[in-house]
Amino acid sequence: MSETIEDLEIQLLLEALYQRYHYDFRHYARASIKRRLTQARGQLGFPTISALQDRVLHDPAMLPRLLDFLTVQVSEMFRDPSYFRALREHVLPHLRTYPSLKVWIAGCSAGEEVYSLAILFKEEGLYDRTIFYATDINPEALAEAEAGVYALDRIRKFTENHQKSGGKSSLSDYYTAAYGRAAFDKGLRSRVVFSDHSLVTDAVFAEMHLISCRNVMIYFDRTLQDRAIGLFRGSLTRKGFLGLGSKESLRFSSHASAFAEFLPGEKIYQKREP
Amino acid sequence: MNVTSSSTVVIGASAGAVQALLAVLPTLPAGFTAPVLVVVHVPPDRDNVLVPLLQAKCRLTVKEAEDKEALAPGVIYFAPSDYHLLVEADRTLALSTDEPVNYSRPSIDVLFESAADAYGENLVGVILTGANHDGAAGLKAVVEAGGVAIVQSPAEAYATPMPHAALQASPTALIMNLDAIASYLSSLGAA
Repeated sequence: MSETIEDLEIQLLLEALYQRYHYDFRHYARASIKRRLTQARGQLGFPTISALQDRVLHDPAMLPRLLDFLTVQVSEMFRDPSYFRALREHVLPHLRTYPSLKVWIAGCSAGEEVYSLAILFKEEGLYDRTIFYATDINPEALAEAEAGVYALDRIRKFTENHQKSGGKSSLSDYYTAAYGRAAFDKGLRSRVVFSDHSLVTDAVFAEMHLISCRNVMIYFDRTLQDRAIGLFRGSLTRKGFLGLGSKESLRFSSHASAFAEFLPGEKIYQKREP
Repeated sequence: MNVTSSSTVVIGASAGAVQALLAVLPTLPAGFTAPVLVVVHVPPDRDNVLVPLLQAKCRLTVKEAEDKEALAPGVIYFAPSDYHLLVEADRTLALSTDEPVNYSRPSIDVLFESAADAYGENLVGVILTGANHDGAAGLKAVVEAGGVAIVQSPAEAYATPMPHAALQASPTALIMNLDAIASYLSSLGAA
């Protein structure tokens, strides 16, 4: 189909966001971006995407509100419990052989997976030798992740997932409930570094033993996916592990040959030597 | 509207979906050239059992849609449970974990709206049985883009709210029983 005026407006807005604020969504999968921008336009009360662009260019206060639509990520603790079970049973035995560990949760959003991994590593006695890097491009999401406070009505699902993942403790050991909210213990983030990092524009920053980046790259186009996977390749230590979302794969990537399928069913890959 | 062998078909169904799909998809002939994209509401923790079930009955290839996959003619793609399925302008598939739409993920609206954008008048949208209103806005988008809208006759549907909602949003949609939908689709994609 030929390009509509709205498609052109979206292209221009993404270019404007990049030029003005260096947030680069130009290589995000366009169909989802279009849904999100259409939603943002409606809820923020603009007649057109161009009107939204005008406002965000001239009013930096509009940027975080727009980012909330563009980067929204809905997750839950221990989402896909079998993934965490696989990490526990098959990946952690390898990690255990290292005296110190680095784990990167790339695109951590509001932190559900950060706390899930912290609990898993505590249960397996590896927490104290690990540094976790939790990164995202959205500063508000990072602040939420660092706060570790979730609505109490989500906890039942989190608890169910934790049990299904083979959890050895009770999730309630790790949070305090009050006023309809569950606040997770500081002890779960004492070894977590929360940081602004973009898979689109930033570079390798440490050597990792495990990278978990789930349901982040489905929002990228192939070019951008390939850049991110290259970044993971460059960040992983020899024989390091990469965990993706259950419907993601390295199949379409030029870096595919650098990885072995460690647990194909769970989309856990291992970097080949060297 | 321009129904030709270059068309693409999107189908949405909820309660009663299995029987309805079994009445339609197995009738599609070998050599059918249109890609078929299907969203069925299934519980998020369930593996998609529809794919093996329908593969056993269909002459066409039935598979779960993969992210970034290019659409192939005569292949039936199902949205994975707990993911939205979208079509990109370059006719590749995309998945998303955006929040549920109409309490549903996958959502029929999300598929139909993105497909209407990608295919315009070369799209046939079909709403089958279901007990909620997902798909009504999506079918409307199909109509507005010049595509063909078909709704299963509420008189025949196992659950009527979805066909009713779709017809209310798109009064010009064609109303058909399952056997008419099956022969309509079979005729349009034949090589």
